[in-house]
Amino acid sequence: MDIFSSSFALEVLPALLRGAVVTFLATIGGFMASLVVGGILLGLYRSSSRPIALFGKSLIEVLRSTPLLIQVYFLFFVLPNVGIVLQPVTTGIIALGLYHGAYVAEAYRAGFDSIPRGQWDAVESLRFSRYAALRYLILPQAIIPLIPALGNTFITMLKDTPILAAITVPEMMFEANDAGSQSFRYVEPITMAAIGYLIMSAVAAGFIYLLQNRLGRHR
Amino acid sequence: MTEMITFENVCKRFGATVILKDFNFKVMRGEKVAIIGPSGSGKSTLLRMIMALQDIDHGKVSIDGKPLWDLNHGQHLVKPTRQHLRDMRSLVGMVFQNFNLFPNLTALGNVAAAPRHVLGLSKKEAEGRAAMLLAQVGLSEKLSNYPSTLSGGQQQRVAIARAMALEPKVMLFDEATSALDPELVGEVLGVMRELASARDLTVLVVTHQMGVARAIADRVCFMEGGCVVEEGGADTLLSHPKNERTRAFLRAVHLA
Repeated sequence: MDIFSSSFALEVLPALLRGAVVTFLATIGGFMASLVVGGILLGLYRSSSRPIALFGKSLIEVLRSTPLLIQVYFLFFVLPNVGIVLQPVTTGIIALGLYHGAYVAEAYRAGFDSIPRGQWDAVESLRFSRYAALRYLILPQAIIPLIPALGNTFITMLKDTPILAAITVPEMMFEANDAGSQSFRYVEPITMAAIGYLIMSAVAAGFIYLLQNRLGRHR
Repeated sequence: MTEMITFENVCKRFGATVILKDFNFKVMRGEKVAIIGPSGSGKSTLLRMIMALQDIDHGKVSIDGKPLWDLNHGQHLVKPTRQHLRDMRSLVGMVFQNFNLFPNLTALGNVAAAPRHVLGLSKKEAEGRAAMLLAQVGLSEKLSNYPSTLSGGQQQRVAIARAMALEPKVMLFDEATSALDPELVGEVLGVMRELASARDLTVLVVTHQMGVARAIADRVCFMEGGCVVEEGGADTLLSHPKNERTRAFLRAVHLA
């Protein structure tokens, strides 16, 4: 028997591609969620009310200091007890969003801190409202140093999606495992899945590079 | 003539450092005043208080007769609301040492941003106003340049146009020519002089370049240790200072 049978690899390809679609959607969904969660966490953390700031800080610590797998299990097995029943993939997206949101909050903070004080002086002296200042002046600047960090988050998240297999999300690793357990041949599905992640990561990295060059061109 | 800027018994300290102590100061409407003095004498803090970028510990600051910082109102310490500060800022424009242009916007975008998003003008109106102001500071050719592609002198002229776009009654220049290469000071000073020729505009310049003080100001104040030590007409004070500390400072500046 060959170590790697290309015919078997072809046989499992459709299942893996189906899984890849789920992986992609879970990553995109989790990434979007983490951008929102990160914003909320930073808002709490930067609140002028001390209890709220402390709450935000603690939440960030908890999310960063516990394994993603535990957070996934927690949402999947504990939420139904309080009457919230979600699709596994929805649960997975929320878990990814929360876990990585804590890191995104840190990235946002670094982005904001990279804005020189003088920009705030200019914004204040020109009477911009907080919203207009953020929308037109501060965020467009803060986002450029954020891109590498957010790009990392995206790729890390992509590689974290196999954890969702633990709650039966039919993503790429789940499908690879499934194909393996039915045939007792793991080399082909696992190798193909690895190539799949590699391709997706490489495409994402290329996209991030282009984005950075495009947005950072006036620096 | 009416008072445009009034400081009454203003105190400010940062930690143990006293910046202003029982500071009293007046600028009349349309007056052009330069403030000189060694670094740390509180002159930049003074401008930041007028622009409401810096609060005070005690006392009262009024602009155009309206209280800006009025912390001893009655017996209570009253902290002004954000909205009050925003309203008061409509009277004042400020130009900074390091320009503080928005790097993500073109020269036109920098000047049009506040008219558009603060005053609510249409894009067309705001850009029309911006183009006119940029023409006044001699930058008609540079409308679509980003700040990073402009020289220091050009950037500072954009910053002046940007501040003027909100039609302030008071213009503050905080070391506006100090970060510029010497050969670029002239072009910015030219624009400042032209602005200062407007009878109604009140101009307050903080500088350590005596040429700037001479070119712009009718009255020069020498500040040290949080007080005005000596003031007078530009020529009188700069050429014939009476106070020994003023003389020592001017000697040091001329030697530098």
